[in-house]
Amino acid sequence: MSSFSSCQSVREARRVAIFGGTHGNELSGVTLVHLWMKNGTEIQRRGVETRPFITNPRAVEKCSRYVDTDLNRAFTPENLSAPADGQLPYEVLRAQEINRMFGPKGSPDAYDVIFDLHNTTSNMGCTLILESSKDHFNLQMINYIQKALAPASCLVLLNEHPLLKYSTARSVAKHPVGLEVGPQPQGVLRSNIFESMREILKHALDFIELFNEGVEFPPCSVPVFRVSERVDYPRDANGNIMAMVHPNLQDCDWEPLNPGDPMFQTFDGKTIRYQGSGTIYPTFINEAAYYEKQQAFVATRRETLSANAVRKA
Amino acid sequence: MEVEEVERLPRLSRVAVCGGTHGNELSGVYLVRELLKVKKKKKKEEEDEDGGAMSVLLVLSNPRAMQQCLRYIDTDLNRCFTHACLIGPTLDKTPYEMRRARELNAMLGPKGSAGAMDLICDLHNTTANMGLSLITYSDHDWICMHIFRHLQRQIPDTPVRYIHYDVTSKESYSLDSVGKHGFAMEVGPQPHGVVRSNIYTTMKSGVQYMLDWVHFFNSGVIFDGGFMDVFTVVKHIDYPRDGETHNITAAIHPQLQDRDFCLLRPGDPLFQTFSGETLRYTGSEPLYPFFINESAYYEKGIALCLARKRRVKIPSVRVQTEEEERQNEQRYTSEEEE
Repeated sequence: MSSFSSCQSVREARRVAIFGGTHGNELSGVTLVHLWMKNGTEIQRRGVETRPFITNPRAVEKCSRYVDTDLNRAFTPENLSAPADGQLPYEVLRAQEINRMFGPKGSPDAYDVIFDLHNTTSNMGCTLILESSKDHFNLQMINYIQKALAPASCLVLLNEHPLLKYSTARSVAKHPVGLEVGPQPQGVLRSNIFESMREILKHALDFIELFNEGVEFPPCSVPVFRVSERVDYPRDANGNIMAMVHPNLQDCDWEPLNPGDPMFQTFDGKTIRYQGSGTIYPTFINEAAYYEKQQAFVATRRETLSANAVRKA
Repeated sequence: MEVEEVERLPRLSRVAVCGGTHGNELSGVYLVRELLKVKKKKKKEEEDEDGGAMSVLLVLSNPRAMQQCLRYIDTDLNRCFTHACLIGPTLDKTPYEMRRARELNAMLGPKGSAGAMDLICDLHNTTANMGLSLITYSDHDWICMHIFRHLQRQIPDTPVRYIHYDVTSKESYSLDSVGKHGFAMEVGPQPHGVVRSNIYTTMKSGVQYMLDWVHFFNSGVIFDGGFMDVFTVVKHIDYPRDGETHNITAAIHPQLQDRDFCLLRPGDPLFQTFSGETLRYTGSEPLYPFFINESAYYEKGIALCLARKRRVKIPSVRVQTEEEERQNEQRYTSEEEE
């Protein structure tokens, strides 16, 4: 047995927010938040204030990802501190408002936990997205959720990459958690996807309730997929996409891609292979919203994180 | 033994293949772009070798919507081709797609005239699990129906179906109705804004086999008649909605999701409410559902469409001789003058 690792004291998670509609056409979150704004019984837990919230109402109204700019990239320090005048894009103004309501980001007044609900056209199943490998509260919550959902799986994507990390709506909280469930087309509500997301949140809130009651969660290991690089489509001189995700790679999120494996297929049928030096685990394969972000898939590497024991302070 | 009569039909000299009628339905966008690239590369000699039997016009129907990867800018282009929409005045406030429809009508039509394209194939994708569906306004357009049969035989690993909207020529509203013959080639499931290689390949095969068929037809091949299934649209059903907000209050039931063209019987599950209740199909007639959970139809108030299936007999066909064609033209012209 390894050396004794001390139990981490974490402040009670009193204030929890559930964000839906950060992208207005990702309908599971929009629907769940609307449901809970009307009747919040399902998300109530002892000792927790749980607040459902539509982050981008104008995009939800239009059923589009965003109006001016991607809200889930808008929470940069520059944007949050920019003087609020009529010239700012809608989502930047919205980010400032959300930061006031649920933050300020980085301050002791910020919300304890924010769950941000997303869908993807990629075949990612149920995925939890972390922004830090050192948030032991989050790691323990994820471990609890995974055990509760078993044998159904829920994988973990860790985006701690200094360049690829981005400023999400949930980053306003002390413990940000992204929920990404797919595959689901934009603008479509699939019943099975909706129910999966609902179930993840149920277990997440159960964990918070137990934690706040003083339950100690022993050390555990959490296998994660760590973001290592973004891979774009092959493009021609004019920037137009020249190939599609290869049929062998399509829908194979989280499966190993080895050097030499088919990766793309040109429009006239030729195969382009992966030329990297080692095995990667692609995810966000063929996500509709990422065509404009120059991303065919995200390459990840497998890692196991150790979570310390945690207990409420 | 009695020989069945062969229906003689005019040559199909001018064919149009259109993509991007909805700017976010990407298989058609990329396929037409690819075909344009191939056409450009082809040497002139090769083109002449075809014998001038058929010309293929490649069209990107809604370039502004394609540029923004949206279904449309102001209004759905594929609803702008009724006679009323096409002949209206073009004013400053005329929506972009109305103007574009009139341009396309001038290019590919005019609808209903002798100068219209012989065949228009309009490429679409759907989020519904519909395989490859040909969507037309006729259950007796032998050209479209023979093309369907040809596709069904040549593409065995994808379900191929024929859908018929029983709408008059005047009221027909889609781009394919501009040609003398026309259909939408709808391939799914594919999310909007995404191109899936398998879906693209299916559509590419569909277009290729269609053009092959037209080429054979023009060369004088006789295509034997027979029987085929036609799905004729009867009605559609909307989602249950909240009286105040108009938001949907249920999703397509998990037992119906992805079951396009599987018979829906009275009492079968239709929707599942967010509180877990099952809402069932209360119609009296079993019907075939399709366009189940198509994303673009939420705003049109359509959760699914329903059709009747029936067996239809189609005659053998072959291309008219030049003499027959001349006689036919004279008759067509005098009909127009009436």
